[in-house]
Amino acid sequence: MLGLAFLILPLAGLLIRAPWSTLPERLTEPGILAALRLSLLTASLATVVCLILGVPLAWVLARAEFPGRRLVRALVTVPLVLPPVVGGVALLLVFGRRGLVGEWLDQTFGVSLPFTTAGVVVAEAFVAMPFLVIAVEGALRGADSRYEEAAATLGATRWTAFRRVTLPLIAPGVAAGAVLCWARALGEFGATITFAGNFPGRTQTMPLAVYLALEQDVDAAIVLSLVLLAVSVGILAALRDKWVAA
Amino acid sequence: MSLLAHLVVRRDGFLLDVELTAEPGEVVALLGPNGAGKTTSLRALAGLLRLDDGQIELDGVRLDPLAPEQRRIGVVFQDYLLFPHLSALDNVAFGPRCRGVPRTEARQQAQGWLARVGLADHVRKKPRQLSGGQAQRVALARALAGEPRMLLLDEPLAALDARTRLDTRAQLRGHLAAFPGATVLVTHDPLDALMLADRLVIIEDGRVVQTGDAATITAQPRTDYVARLVGLNLYRGQASGSRVRLPDGFELVTAGASPEAGEVFVAFPPSAVALYPARPDGSPRNTWPATVSMVSRQGDALRIELTGPVPVAADITPAAAVHLGLEPGRELWATVKATEVRAYRA
Repeated sequence: MLGLAFLILPLAGLLIRAPWSTLPERLTEPGILAALRLSLLTASLATVVCLILGVPLAWVLARAEFPGRRLVRALVTVPLVLPPVVGGVALLLVFGRRGLVGEWLDQTFGVSLPFTTAGVVVAEAFVAMPFLVIAVEGALRGADSRYEEAAATLGATRWTAFRRVTLPLIAPGVAAGAVLCWARALGEFGATITFAGNFPGRTQTMPLAVYLALEQDVDAAIVLSLVLLAVSVGILAALRDKWVAA
Repeated sequence: MSLLAHLVVRRDGFLLDVELTAEPGEVVALLGPNGAGKTTSLRALAGLLRLDDGQIELDGVRLDPLAPEQRRIGVVFQDYLLFPHLSALDNVAFGPRCRGVPRTEARQQAQGWLARVGLADHVRKKPRQLSGGQAQRVALARALAGEPRMLLLDEPLAALDARTRLDTRAQLRGHLAAFPGATVLVTHDPLDALMLADRLVIIEDGRVVQTGDAATITAQPRTDYVARLVGLNLYRGQASGSRVRLPDGFELVTAGASPEAGEVFVAFPPSAVALYPARPDGSPRNTWPATVSMVSRQGDALRIELTGPVPVAADITPAAAVHLGLEPGRELWATVKATEVRAYRA
């Protein structure tokens, strides 16, 4: 009971302290709307990036046999346990203007990631991708690989078999992974503020706005937090059958 | 399109080394106990398992360097592996689609195949809505729709209940007869093998132990496994005249002179064994004391397993069993008429 209270009380506090009377006006403040829009946009883009990079990676981890696979799997989960701030620092070192890849990007394409909206997407994708990879890999392991064999005997190449047989079979797993990934990206704070900074309209996502608002206007921070809470609860409700019950 | 294959697969202490041939239109059954390497052979033929040695040649073309999707071999898997998210129609159309047939035409072909297996009314159903027998026929249609050069079936009837099995077996027999290429089917059920195949290849422990048509194999089994399959007592011994001496010294008498001197098999059916409570007098030449070790039902009769100087199975009527008071441990006399004992060269 004490544990439950510990988990519930802060959330209740948030609801009790909320400035309900002025909520509608506050929600439509341009600053909040901009942060919300940016958050939804970057989290969605980060999820797309994770899907494009993460699903093939999950397939390799689940299906291919190669030396060092365990090591690769361990590496994939590092962002999961790494303090996000450290992730942000690491991203800066690699993609920063003087970074290993960043310098080359800057000189070749004139592209610089840090402190841009794209940088927010990179930071969020870095932190959120393990959620997707783990979920999709689990779904792939659960799916019977003999369906792929059956497809092969019917003349399907690996890619065709994956696209027409495996992907539809693991679609629920991929969807669940994508939602978790999106939720994690939406709440990302540490890596984002370190790598992309805190510029309103450009890199200031909801969590960053909450933190900033807390110093100036507590009520604004509460409103922002309420929005994030609503989104989280919404996701939880959507995933209820797949994850919470299991 | 004839198949010439030498399959060698090594796997955790198991060695499969099997030579296999099949003529166009011929149905060859791989028959053997569990773990003999039947399914492994099939997977190797389909390309789902790499050969460690040997080769596969179909109609003069080497198949073993090819990936499974390039071999054009139709496979009916034991549990069918119908794609659960696709309708019966799209399952069957999958093969033609993969070979570049446009969607509409692939669906038309699939419709034709489903009609041929008698499922024209079930095209829209998902696999989970099909009964076992229907799923089996969809799987067959799917394998045939790719116009394969060879057809492989893994225990095609094992997942069906007894009634469905009878119908499906008869239908399957018709479809296999219509298929122009070679067919290899794997089964552990001798009845399936005898009913469906033109030729049997018996595999035990990764090796071929006997091949031949049904008549030869049922008449002259060469291993204990085959003998048990076809319901015969089988022994191996040294023949001289009408006597065959088994390795442990026991002698069986056959009618007349044995056709061969030297190593022979001797076989007789369990129904030829008569049991008596005391030593019988008179004609049977083969008489020995035996002890009942097991009693089981075998059709209308009871199958009695006996130990003694030779282990033997006997079939007797339930009435006789009651009369004899049969139960494990009971000591009896077993006799076999010499005319029932067949000997043939080992």
